[in-house]
Amino acid sequence: MVGRWFDSKGWRDIVISVPFLWLLVFFLVPFVIVVAMSFARRAELSPPIAFLDHWTYLQTGNFARLLDDSLYLRAFLTSLWNAGLATLFCLLIGYPMALGITRVTRSWRNLLLMLVILPFWTSFLLRVYAWMGLLGANSWFNKALTGLVNTILPADRAMSSIPMMNSNFAVVLVMVYSYLPFMILPLYANLEKLDQTLNEAATDLGSRPWQVFKDITLPLSIPGIIAGGLLVFIPASGELVIPSLVGNASDPMIGRVISDEFSSARDWPMASAVAVALLLALVLPIMAYTHFEKRAQERVEGRA
Amino acid sequence: MKRRPLFLISCLCFGFAFFYVPILSLMVFSFNKSRLVTVWGGFSTQWYGKLLHNEQILKAALLSLQIALASATLASILGAMAGIALARFHRFRGRTLLSGLVTAPLIMPEVITGISSLMLFIFMAEWIGWPSGRGFTTVTIAHITFSMTYVAVIVQSRLSSADVAIEEAAMDLGARPWQVLIDITLPVIAPALVSGWLLAFTISLDDVVITSFTTGPGTTTLPILIWSKVRLGVTPDINALATVIICLVAAGVVAAALIMHRAESRRSRDEQMAQAQGASG
Amino acid sequence: MVAEGHKPFIRIEAVSKHFGGFTAVDGVSLDIMKGEMFALLGGSGCGKTTLLRMLAGFEDPSAGRIFIDGQDMAAIPPYERPVNMMFQSYALFPHMTVEANVGYGLKYESMSKPERMRLVREMLELVQLQDFGARKPHQLSGGQRQRVALARALARQPKLLLLDEPLAALDKKLREHTQFEIMNIQQRTGITFVVVTHDQEEAMTLADRIAVMDKGVIRQVGPPGDIYERPNSRFVAGFIGSINMFDADAVKDGQGVALSVPALGCVIRAADIAASAGDRLSLAVRPEKITISRERPANAVNCVSGAVKDMAYFGKDSLFRVELPSGALVSVSSVNHARGHGTQMPDWGERVWLSFEPSTAIVLKV
Repeated sequence: MVGRWFDSKGWRDIVISVPFLWLLVFFLVPFVIVVAMSFARRAELSPPIAFLDHWTYLQTGNFARLLDDSLYLRAFLTSLWNAGLATLFCLLIGYPMALGITRVTRSWRNLLLMLVILPFWTSFLLRVYAWMGLLGANSWFNKALTGLVNTILPADRAMSSIPMMNSNFAVVLVMVYSYLPFMILPLYANLEKLDQTLNEAATDLGSRPWQVFKDITLPLSIPGIIAGGLLVFIPASGELVIPSLVGNASDPMIGRVISDEFSSARDWPMASAVAVALLLALVLPIMAYTHFEKRAQERVEGRA
Repeated sequence: MKRRPLFLISCLCFGFAFFYVPILSLMVFSFNKSRLVTVWGGFSTQWYGKLLHNEQILKAALLSLQIALASATLASILGAMAGIALARFHRFRGRTLLSGLVTAPLIMPEVITGISSLMLFIFMAEWIGWPSGRGFTTVTIAHITFSMTYVAVIVQSRLSSADVAIEEAAMDLGARPWQVLIDITLPVIAPALVSGWLLAFTISLDDVVITSFTTGPGTTTLPILIWSKVRLGVTPDINALATVIICLVAAGVVAAALIMHRAESRRSRDEQMAQAQGASG
Repeated sequence: MVAEGHKPFIRIEAVSKHFGGFTAVDGVSLDIMKGEMFALLGGSGCGKTTLLRMLAGFEDPSAGRIFIDGQDMAAIPPYERPVNMMFQSYALFPHMTVEANVGYGLKYESMSKPERMRLVREMLELVQLQDFGARKPHQLSGGQRQRVALARALARQPKLLLLDEPLAALDKKLREHTQFEIMNIQQRTGITFVVVTHDQEEAMTLADRIAVMDKGVIRQVGPPGDIYERPNSRFVAGFIGSINMFDADAVKDGQGVALSVPALGCVIRAADIAASAGDRLSLAVRPEKITISRERPANAVNCVSGAVKDMAYFGKDSLFRVELPSGALVSVSSVNHARGHGTQMPDWGERVWLSFEPSTAIVLKV
């Protein structure tokens, strides 16, 4: 009997339900807890929370505080600004790289892709650490950069070193460094699929190389730009490690605020409220992405 | 009229310099004799010698490996199941929810994943008395949850591009559905499972944020140990440790890539031979 | 048709192209006249597409020179050549409307917007797509896309239009219709067309002259009739249409030079045998030039007999395969004049006589 059941649909139920249950318990339930918690208030209990009397869940005090306390708003703006800048620079550096990789011979292409992926597999933490060694005032990198800048500056305003460490500049720089592969890989996947004969057709119709790029390659790579942009922007906006190591502590990013509310201030409800707000802020770009994906998909299907 | 894309090539050179100069600099300074990490004081391998005798680091590395092995293996099994369910079973209750649950952890900021997992473990301990403390088990569970979604996505995309007809052919030849799963589907997704496992393994080995929330006293993984040290600044022994880790990972990645490249070129050579034989025979 | 003595409009001089160790085009020289519809015909990998791409400027010749209207093309990039191309895949820009696609070639020309719009409309009218200007390529059928590609390539009023397998992506019915449309447009615009194709029928119907290419070399150039009726080599004879080909030896008898054909088991007379006794030759006869009959035809010069081995009915004609005593198989195609197939036609296994006129026999050097 058990054999029959297993043969007909049991195996199927097992394949579906085991991962389903796992994700429900260990991902969905915690998520629901965070959302519920954002409507609770802090208490000197263990766990240190309490809901309003009579279980009135809708206590929106935490969200009101988000808007009142300039700390949160500033942290949000800093995060979005830094993440946005990092995304922009990743695009500016990553786009020509991805395009360049599509234009070399096959064996070079494999090698270069490998070189892009390699840092992605090596420890994230250690890559951030590598920059700590370069940004400090006494490092060879800082000295070289200072020397370079001093050749432009008038002699009386020459600097002894550039204060890069513990600044938003350092945060953006290291984020660009860490997330660049996330920009290059989807862009490459997109650019590589583009039909080269479209470029030839445009050239044939009288367009110079840069006009071909502007009219054909760039508009057709928008889905890749959006995918890469989101892959950089989303983790960058919630980043915790990079600002903690090279950032300015007096101008924290939102990830740091969540972590501090939770650990140092032990205000779990407030941490949850900030987290929920961050998620809401990220939902918009994701929805834009799925919208674009669907349209691109439709275009492909329409062509087939 | 082919011209070398000089602009693109110089961008590539700049980009790869940007990628690799910091890492090379870190490696070079791991051989610095001086304690000062920024001033070159002569060549020395002393920091590597000290590394070998640092019990704390060795213990943390061992623990990280254990967690990574356990979580990658379980994540591969769970992820493969989820991937198969999404790619092959088109109608079941909660399919939309499952596909949402598979993609959501990928776009959830790590801080939030970490905090929510920690709250879950605390509440579970309150309500059902398990897990009694935080450590190996809780970290592993959090890593599995996070990395199984990567495996699921990889397996799902591999299966969607594979031909359903071979599975139907197996069933037509008398295999029961679950036998088809083992005889046909598993071999088809094997390459995806290997890369999924490797990805899950490195994600676990590398993770700081989620681990820092879900771990407890006495359970210090290597990234957590490094994290606590680098917050205090740059030191040559961390440079040495970083060099060792980066070289190991790079060697592993290069070896894996070479093996895959070999297999692929052997396959295409075989195909060409078969074509040539077919043409002459 | 081409008037003799005209200066060639396009001159290809000893052009070669090597890719690494591979020679795609090997010392090709070719003259194409103004207003001509010229076809490059050959199998895949014969170098026809490479030659086309060198005319467009996408590949540089490894050796040799190309002149268009007297101008050396060597240093001229594709975007400055008076040449436009219709791509095999059409290469329509998927993110632009039909109008924008057709007008793209005029975008960087110095002309006013109304002037450009007028030209675009004119082109769309030429291909009968005036109502489709606002659509995107994915909203068009295959035939409509083909016409957009044609209109786009014509919009710049090039001196030379290149068409890479223009009909390959269309289904059979549409192909015939489009063939005539392309010929019509070529006549109306007077532009020189060079068509690349692997389809001999397409080349025969479209072109004024055909160049048959093989392994980077041009094997024969001439009007379709010449290529079909007077192929100059076994390759061209076998490539164009179907043909019966036999080994033969030139022999001398009382009436001059004739062919001894072991496979046919007799001596064959042909109209023009430019050979002396003892030369090894090939005899080629088209299936439709052979008459099949039950009785031995009276005063037939070339006549053999055999048994019907296979037959296939195609409607307008039937194909027979006749086995000779030597074991050789001869294909014969016979037009079905009368209705009611099967009564007056030879049947399987039946003994039949095959005959053909000396003027239809093609004699080729081995």
